[in-house]
Amino acid sequence: MKTVGTIRIAGLILLLAFTASGCAVRPWLKPYDRARLADPVMNVSAHPIAESYMGHVHQARESMRGAEGSAGGGCGCN
Amino acid sequence: MQLMRTLSVALLLGASTLLQASVLPEDRLDVLYHQYEGGGMKINGPSVLVRKSFADKVAVHANYYVDEVSAASIDVLVSASPYSEERTEKSVGVDYLHGKAIYSLSYANSEENDFEANSVHFDMSQDFFGDLTTLSLGYSKGWDEVFRTGDNSFAEEADRQHFRINLSQILTRNLMASLGHELITDEGYLNNPYRSVRYLTSGGSYSFEPERYPETRTSEATSLRLSYYLPWRAGLHGEYRIYDDSWGIDASSWQVKLIQPLGSNWTLEGRYRAYQQGDADFYADLFPFQNAQNFLARDKELSEFSSTVVGLGIGFEFSKPNWETIDRAGLNLWVDRFSFDYDNYRDIRVDTTPGTEPLYSFDATVTRLLFTLWY
Repeated sequence: MKTVGTIRIAGLILLLAFTASGCAVRPWLKPYDRARLADPVMNVSAHPIAESYMGHVHQARESMRGAEGSAGGGCGCN
Repeated sequence: MQLMRTLSVALLLGASTLLQASVLPEDRLDVLYHQYEGGGMKINGPSVLVRKSFADKVAVHANYYVDEVSAASIDVLVSASPYSEERTEKSVGVDYLHGKAIYSLSYANSEENDFEANSVHFDMSQDFFGDLTTLSLGYSKGWDEVFRTGDNSFAEEADRQHFRINLSQILTRNLMASLGHELITDEGYLNNPYRSVRYLTSGGSYSFEPERYPETRTSEATSLRLSYYLPWRAGLHGEYRIYDDSWGIDASSWQVKLIQPLGSNWTLEGRYRAYQQGDADFYADLFPFQNAQNFLARDKELSEFSSTVVGLGIGFEFSKPNWETIDRAGLNLWVDRFSFDYDNYRDIRVDTTPGTEPLYSFDATVTRLLFTLWY
């Protein structure tokens, strides 16, 4: 599927560009700047057992599989 | 045999912790009641999860999950009789925190009267770049055994492997992003042993023959997720996922979800999800004649269709000063309404000229009630 391949290649280029630039860029947020990100409202899978069940419901009825998960970050949101 | 995709359930249970390196999962007990009802299917049961950490270094978890299935779906009605069965799944796992990395290992077993799946999963997650970035890598291996009720001579096997990578990035004080990719390969008996395809007969009617699937399948899925902190203290979460596989299926989905606290104890949730997929290369609702091609499928999950989900949830958390070992407790209820519309899967319960039956569609409701203790 050409569109999917193009999007993936574009994503990979963005990822590589970001990684390369990361070598020259300092972390732009201090731990005390991350209070909002650590708020429970930012944890989209705060209840993993309920989330995994819903993923199970989707997978049983769709062909799409893989790359499940949730947005998050290294912020110690837990 | 209700479900053959149990491998990913254990994956999902682990996935929620994948993206949060440097911190072990919380100690908690979850008791979930789940119910799916729609399209002639009713599936319900409990799921219990226990997590416990030790010395802030190691955390263990165990999950017990049951599906009680009462099946009278359109697939069953046109080629078999309604049936009931039970599926149980057990999984155990351990997480080890070392510096800014978490290593996770888990094992899952799923059993039905005509199906058994075993799988192992390994994941590692590392924080770097001032803890703004988290890189996660994972691998899973699964072994399925497929049987057929009423046929003791039937026994087949399938092996599955998953390779996954995820990069999460804090972008601003209010925004996080996550990019994930997963490759899955299957090899072995990938059919459903009960399903049939239909083909036209010379008399202008139709008949059935067993499905035949390829013995390998490779798929890739990529997801982009964003989470944004809204000015009035709420979380807005977006997700876009694309998929394609060696069977010729391409698919995509997007979802938005809002988590809105009300006061200090209540939380409201709302979500909308849209999904669409194309059909497999060897899918047809009606084949022109018997043995029309090497591979044959009329499984509606391999057809072209779209679906939507609208979901609402409400949660309540509370605690008492005199609780000693328990930190707090919570109760959550979610109700999700699904709508499926098939583009080339016809409702052959309607007796008319083959190939002109109405297209099939159905709605389903999923209910989840969760009780949690954090300790």
